[in-house]
Amino acid sequence: MAALILAHHQTSPAERLKDAAAVAFIALLLGIPMIGLLTVDQGGALRIATRWPALFAFVAACFVGRLVLRYALDQWRARQLARDQADTPAKEVSLATNPLLNWIGWVALGVSVALPIVFAENRYVVDTATTVLIYVMLGWGLNVVVGLAGLLDLGYVAFYAVGAYTYGLLSTQFGWGFWSALPVAGAITASFGVLLGWPTLRLRGDYLAIVTLGFGEIIRIILVNWTELSGGPNGIASIPRPSFFGLPFKPPGDDPTFASFFGLEYATHQRIVFLYYLILVLALLTNLFVSRMRRLPIGRAWEAMREDEIACKAMGINARNVKLSAFAIGAMLGGFAGVFFAARQGFISPESFTFSESAIILAIVVLGGMGSQLGVVLASLVLVLLPELGRDFAEYRMLLFGAAMILIMIWKPGGILSHREPTLRYFANGGRR
Amino acid sequence: MALALQQLINGLTLGAVYGLIAIGYTMVYGIIGMINFAHGDIYMVSAFIAVTVFTLLAGFGISSVPLSLLVVLLVAVFFTSIYGWTVERTAYRPLRGSTRLAPLISAIGMSIFLQNMVQLTQGARVKPIAPVLVGGIDVLTVDGFTVRLAYSQILIVVVTVTLMTGFTWLITKTSFGRQQRSCEQDRLMTSLLGINVDRTISLTFMLGAALAAVAGVMVTVYYGVVDFFIGFVAGIKAFTAAVLGGIGSLPGAMLGGLLIGLIEAFWAAYLSAEYKDVATFTILIVVLMFRPSGLLGRPEVEKV
Repeated sequence: MAALILAHHQTSPAERLKDAAAVAFIALLLGIPMIGLLTVDQGGALRIATRWPALFAFVAACFVGRLVLRYALDQWRARQLARDQADTPAKEVSLATNPLLNWIGWVALGVSVALPIVFAENRYVVDTATTVLIYVMLGWGLNVVVGLAGLLDLGYVAFYAVGAYTYGLLSTQFGWGFWSALPVAGAITASFGVLLGWPTLRLRGDYLAIVTLGFGEIIRIILVNWTELSGGPNGIASIPRPSFFGLPFKPPGDDPTFASFFGLEYATHQRIVFLYYLILVLALLTNLFVSRMRRLPIGRAWEAMREDEIACKAMGINARNVKLSAFAIGAMLGGFAGVFFAARQGFISPESFTFSESAIILAIVVLGGMGSQLGVVLASLVLVLLPELGRDFAEYRMLLFGAAMILIMIWKPGGILSHREPTLRYFANGGRR
Repeated sequence: MALALQQLINGLTLGAVYGLIAIGYTMVYGIIGMINFAHGDIYMVSAFIAVTVFTLLAGFGISSVPLSLLVVLLVAVFFTSIYGWTVERTAYRPLRGSTRLAPLISAIGMSIFLQNMVQLTQGARVKPIAPVLVGGIDVLTVDGFTVRLAYSQILIVVVTVTLMTGFTWLITKTSFGRQQRSCEQDRLMTSLLGINVDRTISLTFMLGAALAAVAGVMVTVYYGVVDFFIGFVAGIKAFTAAVLGGIGSLPGAMLGGLLIGLIEAFWAAYLSAEYKDVATFTILIVVLMFRPSGLLGRPEVEKV
């Protein structure tokens, strides 16, 4: 008990000042080599420049920031303590099982359907929303591997790349259309998933992480260097855009186009909006597919495998098939997203498929709360919009992005919507939910 | 033959650097069971500090090579270990005891943060320094091909061997080493025995950062250029080395580092320079397929 009281005792202003001074001192030490001193290139030779005012501002900001933070934390703790002593049980509302969540999901769907109608003239909004949806789809795909099956995959971008390059090559070399390339690309990426899954079957946790990371890098290096196949660092350009059931989005010409067929005036935003709805439909199909899979024996086996692999094996579940199916399905969904990406951009190069992309997709899954479908949507919104909002101070946006990842994790280590509820639950009264 | 000898020398040098970084990964993994993704960037920070201090010393007109090397090493180790400490304190300690993935995400965030911080504060351009240690010994000449052992290579190997000896002594013989090893085995029991676990973990991070700092200085001397992106590739290679050697094992990290360095050097010389990273990862995958706990790692026994 004494320890408890000690832990919660109110810090005096002097203590807070001392604490902030310590933080400022550390900030000073950290800042000297990075902020205080700077090497500038001058005629081929480096020269030292100094930025003492900036260093001073940084240290002062750390001092004040720590003081304020400490004060706020103390206030918050004091209130917690008071509430605990007043014996009012804290309301335990699990956000994840809240029926409200269903409503949020439907509202989000409504908003996303209405968005291009409301912002029809604002190309930027629709484009950004399309990017968000690509990440949502990637997040849902990776969620199968990481969130449901519990296999930590750091090279998910490889499947995204394989999907994009499959479509890029099939369309530019063999003249395939978007719709015929989509299933083929899905099958190819799924087999890549099995290819990656096979050697990693025996690995667990962090070994798996590094092997998947290596796999992602291998794919990227091959794309960079195998110039005959992939065009090397120049990538593949002029990839055809998808058409609306055979009607292309082009200025009126000899063949019927989307605009001429429906008697509309041609406008570029028709294509943008069409692409938006296309990825929306693909993403919703993904969601439907994954949530149905979760109710199948294979989906339940994924979740069981995540919770306890040994128990699963003891129950006679074939660990190999379960893992491989998770890899294959996750990879296939990533491949679909890749096909869409290639079709939307019209140009792909290995630069779009670096490790940081994998890290962002993984961050979406983990920040959203592993296994939560709606969490993925929220996290993609945060992670895509955050850098977009930061465009005014563009240089700082990746810095803020990194900081936000750390802060969100500290604030909610389980993700924004954390839950590990099994999809199916057996109730004592025999009823099923 | 001569080419092989040359590549052996190059590979060992490279491997020593990877090994130094890999120790940071393996120690942190051993003690708190997480991949410290930001470790490669700590190494990059150290390389930048080294560039700054070399330039500073040149500006003061200090031209004695041993003196400037010593000063740069000490300064870089000092500041970089503070970076290591801060990274642990801000990004990982608040997440102790949460899910396994949370610190990993936070580490990836920290890595992005450090990279962009250096890019913002020090500039995105490649920084070349004036050569510090030039020249070398011509070992032998066969058919017009001269095998050359550069002084910087000798420096790297000597420093690494010295550090490894000291480090092994620190871990196996001193009281800190015992605390560190006992934290690896059972953190709760260690804390019950009156050992400050948080302090031990902080010191582990600082030690790992210090070794990475030495690697950063060595690479700066060896290649003469740094940029803000070097941490990522070196970090991945070093982590691969740690896994190859068996994560959690210190001799394993060094062995893994040497192997990765050698594989890279020989592959680049005899097969293809573009695909040397593919070779590294492929060999890693093959080793893990047949020996999932690495070369020197103990197999994990899972109790039910």
